[in-house]
Amino acid sequence: MVPEIGHFALALALALALVQSVLPIAGASRRNAVWMKSAQATAIGQVLFVAIAFAALMQAFIVSDFTVRNVVENSHSLKPMLYKVAGTWGSHEGSLLLWILILAVFGAGVAWFGSNIPAETKARTLSVQAWISVGFLSFLLLTSNPFERVFPPPLDGNDLNPLLQDMGLAMHPPLLYFGYVGFSIVFSFAVAALLEGRVDPAWARWVRPWTLAAWVSLTAGIALGSWWAYYELGWGGWWFWDPVENVSFMPWLLGTALLHSAIVTEKRDAFKSWTILLAILTFSLSLLGTFIVRSGLLTSVHAFAVDPERGLYILGLLAVSIGGSLALYAWRAPEMEPGGLFRPISREAGLLVNNLILAAATGTVLFGTLYPLILEAVTGDKISVGPPFFNAAFIPMMLALVVFMGLGPFLSWKRADIAGLLDRIRFVVVLAFIAALAAWYLLNGGPIMAYLAILGAAWLLFATLREWALRIRLFEVPLAESARRARNLPRASHGMTLAHAGVAVLMMGMIGSTGWKSEEIVFAAPGTEVTIAGFDITFEGATQVQGPNYIADRGTLVVRRDGELVTTLFPERRYYPVAESQTTESAIRSTLAGDLYTSIATPASDQVNNAGAWTLRILYEPLVNLIWIGSILLVIGGCLSLSDRRLRVGAPRRAKQPASDAVPAE
Amino acid sequence: MKRLIAGLPFIAAVIFGGFFLWGLNPDRDPNEIPSVLISQPAPAFDLDPVPGLETPGLARSDLVGNERPVVVNVFASWCVPCRAEHAVLTRFVERDGMRLFGINYKDKPEDAVKWLNDLGNPYERIGSDLSGRTGIEWGLSGVPETFIVDSDGTVLFRYVGPVVGPDAVERFTQALKQAGALPNGAGS
Repeated sequence: MVPEIGHFALALALALALVQSVLPIAGASRRNAVWMKSAQATAIGQVLFVAIAFAALMQAFIVSDFTVRNVVENSHSLKPMLYKVAGTWGSHEGSLLLWILILAVFGAGVAWFGSNIPAETKARTLSVQAWISVGFLSFLLLTSNPFERVFPPPLDGNDLNPLLQDMGLAMHPPLLYFGYVGFSIVFSFAVAALLEGRVDPAWARWVRPWTLAAWVSLTAGIALGSWWAYYELGWGGWWFWDPVENVSFMPWLLGTALLHSAIVTEKRDAFKSWTILLAILTFSLSLLGTFIVRSGLLTSVHAFAVDPERGLYILGLLAVSIGGSLALYAWRAPEMEPGGLFRPISREAGLLVNNLILAAATGTVLFGTLYPLILEAVTGDKISVGPPFFNAAFIPMMLALVVFMGLGPFLSWKRADIAGLLDRIRFVVVLAFIAALAAWYLLNGGPIMAYLAILGAAWLLFATLREWALRIRLFEVPLAESARRARNLPRASHGMTLAHAGVAVLMMGMIGSTGWKSEEIVFAAPGTEVTIAGFDITFEGATQVQGPNYIADRGTLVVRRDGELVTTLFPERRYYPVAESQTTESAIRSTLAGDLYTSIATPASDQVNNAGAWTLRILYEPLVNLIWIGSILLVIGGCLSLSDRRLRVGAPRRAKQPASDAVPAE
Repeated sequence: MKRLIAGLPFIAAVIFGGFFLWGLNPDRDPNEIPSVLISQPAPAFDLDPVPGLETPGLARSDLVGNERPVVVNVFASWCVPCRAEHAVLTRFVERDGMRLFGINYKDKPEDAVKWLNDLGNPYERIGSDLSGRTGIEWGLSGVPETFIVDSDGTVLFRYVGPVVGPDAVERFTQALKQAGALPNGAGS
């Protein structure tokens, strides 16, 4: 019964979305206030019905209702409860339902909180949001119904892919989707603005909190996914430039550009058409990600079950939404008035460079991701583009970005005072060089690029701190006065400082764990000793242990340093009989200085097995935890900025009469 | 001009869309790697030995005129699956009498020497392909890859990835038997 309620709720949500996609926008052009207002009710109704459907599916997973095909295929009665719940979004159908739920949440969010947005803009935005809802709800109902029943019901399910049975990954999709799909509302705002034919600072201000919220979740989602890959896949790497990772990274890069370009639109009424384009493209890339993950277009380690039929349907949705919005852009954008002028050295120019680099980096990742497909289509050759390409192309761009990231906040709007600027950063530049040289002196070895990166990270960190110190006049005035200034500083400003410093910290982690990683792979019989990064590790053998729904070979590794016991690590190789697959559970000794990372694999041949030898993989990754700490700083910085006063209250309303610089399109 | 620039994103999206539509063809498997060399003569190459190793170098002429077909394995010390594969190949050589030649792909000689000293050297001859040039000639898609070459120099079989695990070993054994690369009675 419950699955039928869920199914029915989805159909009702689709009906509401259909109404919402027509009525409010028609009301906006006819100035019919009642029609426009209807969006409020339908948006909130939609989220309620989709939530009911989602809860119904979750209930089926929780009680292990094996009459539902989706539960049979992705759950098992012996699975721990947490993963039963997480199984709701572990499959194509369930995750798409989550996708739609988040889409509805953002629509309802604007309907509920957007009281400062003029009725017409709001009506148009919500109608555009409903167009997306209609597309995806019909996709779900027509091609991937999550509530389909099976008869006769089997006794037990097929289990969720064991790799996915993990805390980090249970939380990863919701966060990632919240980010990805969150950009939908920004897209809807942009399309609404194009339809209205005007963009002004107020528009940028309404869009900002939604962009920030989506960006923060996407940041957290990507970091969580990376963390999962780090300890679950058993390779000790945290980024693989896999197509599926890339498609989540591209909206992040472009979303970051959007966040910065929207500031210029808000503060200086410039970059309008560019901001709109970024808003459209960011969500387009999210849609592209959804498409690539679900269509089997590219080879990837973690894609959903592939179905070309579904791929075709999503491609149709993409053609309508991306093609339609970009065609609208091509038609309307040229009529938008350019905004405030600025000098080549100014905050605007700094942000322009930031945007260009981020856009170029996004283009590079997009090109690298799709190049195998394009090449195959044109010449028939099959290749894969691996980390060397991305590292060679992407890292130099990021280093250039870092230079401007440190510089930008020092610049004032319109025209910056060059002499004053040089005076303020002189000290920082010297300090960064000292830090890089000190690293070079102390570390000797490691790639040259790593030292350049250290220079960049040090520059960014010091410049960010220096700029913050200048703002609160630290050490120039008494500390109490500085504290008062810090309190009066807008939260968005603290948020920026924290996020920029977070990037510097993140970089340090990346540099340490790639440039100075040490790695040993050994065939080890019990008693084998391995020495790595000052640790002496003794392999004491492996035993078989029984988990709730798996059997594991557990290795025992005693770690000593200078003869003293540091810790004992138990890496596991788990076998899940129901799903017939294996996972690696690495054992990690984590400190701020670095991670000692161990994993165990089954021996390569039977002969070796008889001798009781195992393949051990032992790595030392210096500073790797700074990656997660930096990501947390980014998230906190974003949240701080989101809590800024100007986004909550007193946001200026749009002038009754369009201001002189906001010209209607027709 | 302005119109043209504003239209560029749309045009780019249409082009990408065309590629996607092409890519959705249900007969297309992105994971499949075509074997261009099968039934073709092996490429010409002449590689020096790995410095510091007593094993002689490898050239195309070493592959032809043998009594039975031989196996060419491309490996590198930096390649993790190669390590797992090494034990399997060694067993084929020692137990079944398979003749194994190696191409050491883009590897530092000292690393390769250490690797072979640690694990043992089952290769009759090893050519050092420092530049990766020979790898390109063989149409390598990654390391390891293993080829069976007939006594007239024709490539009979290609295995992409490590020959590790029951399925892979079974497939490889079948290929060896079919090619007649094992002495009579071996490989059972």
